[in-house]
Amino acid sequence: MMLLKFIIKRLVMMIPVMLGITFISFVIISLAPGNILTSLKMNPYISQQTISMMEQAYGLNKPLIVRYGLWLWQVLHLNLGTSIYYHAPVLSLILSRAMNTLILSLSAIVVSWLLALPFGIMSGMREQSLFDRTAGVLNYIGISIPSFFLAFIMLLVAAKTGVLPTGGTTSPLYGLLSPADKVYDRFIHLIMPVTALAVPQIASYARLIRVNIIEVKRSEFVTAARARGVANSRVVSLHILKNALNPFITLAGYDFAGLLGGAALVETILNLQGLGTLLLKAVMSMDVFLIMGDVLIGAGMLLLGNLIADIALMTIDPRIKAQT
Amino acid sequence: MKISRKSTALAAGTVLALFYLSAIFAPVVAPSSYLTQNRAFPDEPPTAIHITIRRDGTTVLTRPYIGRYVLADIHSETYKEITTTRYPIEFFTHGKLLYVRGAPLHLLGTDALGRDYFSRLVYGGRISLFIGLIGAGISFALGIIIGTFSGYIGGIVDTSIMRLTEIMMSLPTFYLLLTLAVIIPPGVGSGTTFLLIIMILSFIGWAGFARVIRGMVLSLKERDFVNASKAYGDSTWGIIRKQLVPNLMSYTIVSITLSIPGYIISESALSMLGLGIREPDVSWGNMLSEATNVEALTTRPWILASGVCIVVTIICLNIVGDYLRSALDPHDRI
Repeated sequence: MMLLKFIIKRLVMMIPVMLGITFISFVIISLAPGNILTSLKMNPYISQQTISMMEQAYGLNKPLIVRYGLWLWQVLHLNLGTSIYYHAPVLSLILSRAMNTLILSLSAIVVSWLLALPFGIMSGMREQSLFDRTAGVLNYIGISIPSFFLAFIMLLVAAKTGVLPTGGTTSPLYGLLSPADKVYDRFIHLIMPVTALAVPQIASYARLIRVNIIEVKRSEFVTAARARGVANSRVVSLHILKNALNPFITLAGYDFAGLLGGAALVETILNLQGLGTLLLKAVMSMDVFLIMGDVLIGAGMLLLGNLIADIALMTIDPRIKAQT
Repeated sequence: MKISRKSTALAAGTVLALFYLSAIFAPVVAPSSYLTQNRAFPDEPPTAIHITIRRDGTTVLTRPYIGRYVLADIHSETYKEITTTRYPIEFFTHGKLLYVRGAPLHLLGTDALGRDYFSRLVYGGRISLFIGLIGAGISFALGIIIGTFSGYIGGIVDTSIMRLTEIMMSLPTFYLLLTLAVIIPPGVGSGTTFLLIIMILSFIGWAGFARVIRGMVLSLKERDFVNASKAYGDSTWGIIRKQLVPNLMSYTIVSITLSIPGYIISESALSMLGLGIREPDVSWGNMLSEATNVEALTTRPWILASGVCIVVTIICLNIVGDYLRSALDPHDRI
């Protein structure tokens, strides 16, 4: 019951944030030199009639605030407008791409946690050991290498050795493959982008986990547990790990945002079909409704990610449950 | 351990100083201008520097010299090096760090238009390194002003500013960056683009920092020295300037250092995607856009040099920033 109330409260709080985000983006786009009309008028394939129709529908000659209101009204009716560049409804364009970006970002999150946890815990438990020091240096390098550079390096290696496909979401013959081969095809195309996104994440998570473990290891309740004669394995799993890892559940939700951004760059370099490349095309062709739709979905995913993380933390950490 | 950390930080600092100095003195460090095209020699490989010659059947050391490259096959763009005439490298003559009379020196080869890649790298550093420094500086200045103001005044001002920062931080940064890039009009000079990118990056960056500063101010303003200053009848502005801001300085210096990498990455990303610094102007980011072409990347891997520069800069900034943090904060021992 408490949880339900919390979720409803958070969803209601998301409304003004979403309004703010879309309004800011709308203002920014209208600051750009030239608007949707100038690009439409330059296009010889679009008749004067269509232009005046769009002018009517979206109030392109009206003041900014009216235009925003009209756009918002359309969005509330689940109509994100039409893309000028692709000549297709924005919603269907986004849905066709969002899946790819979600698969990429989620795989990157899963992979980074699976690797960061053992590394971070090992380093933290055996502070200053050889393992800890080596991992420390590797972490340093991992944190400092941006994903896009890793993508370049992997692209170079893939092209030289030929073991992995050089970019793309699927093979050109994807449609002809059997279901099992389709999964495999997707998988090998994911290796490069996921590695590029995960390595910096692994490094930064492992570093934070290590520091947290060391801090908890030295706290008084751990000493007290040891003094009571609690078995070492129980102290480690129940007292140290549980307390040291709680904060990271929220972190995973918030880092979803960073991953979405990083994914956009990696998508461009490795030529993947995702939300990032879609937004890039939209920005380059000043496709206003596509930009707005992309921002809306991106922000929505981000806020949902944060919400899910907070819910997960609430169910795990009794202290936070007590506060709400 | 302590000494080795200090010397690592010193080494990293030296590398950074070297990068920034070569960016400032680009006309001296770069063998040629970043604009000079030599279309007869596209995609030339890096010029090999020889330090030995064969004399009477043995190999002996000599002063560094280079040969001349000729285009052997125009279609596959393969080059042949001819070393029958030796062109010695001169140091610090003709106002250049390295100067060769009679033959072109391309330390990292040339690009598709025959422009010297190394020279472009040096000039590109001017944009990339300084966008990072100035961008971080401006958003921190904004963050300090807004954060201290918000935290110290409190009340409705504080609440509304904090709601605004929450919205700013809920925006997916990269999406916002791309959206903001549309306001850079095509065809404006590199100076204007440079300023606009800095404005965009600061606009995105100030919010997170303002929140941290506000939190610090909230705890600082209850401290005795602030109360004392208030009791002396200092004005609000006076208290902010004389009591609060100096106490935030060490945190600020560390955070600026550690946040510059983000700004460098953002600029590179924008320029790489063709939305930031545009040709013929040069930054480390737009030099990388060539590398998105798989064929160019495999035949001439050295076009990743600007990426390597970005990575080295970031590693050095992280090392220096971490060192400063532990040096300025006695509690930080982990």
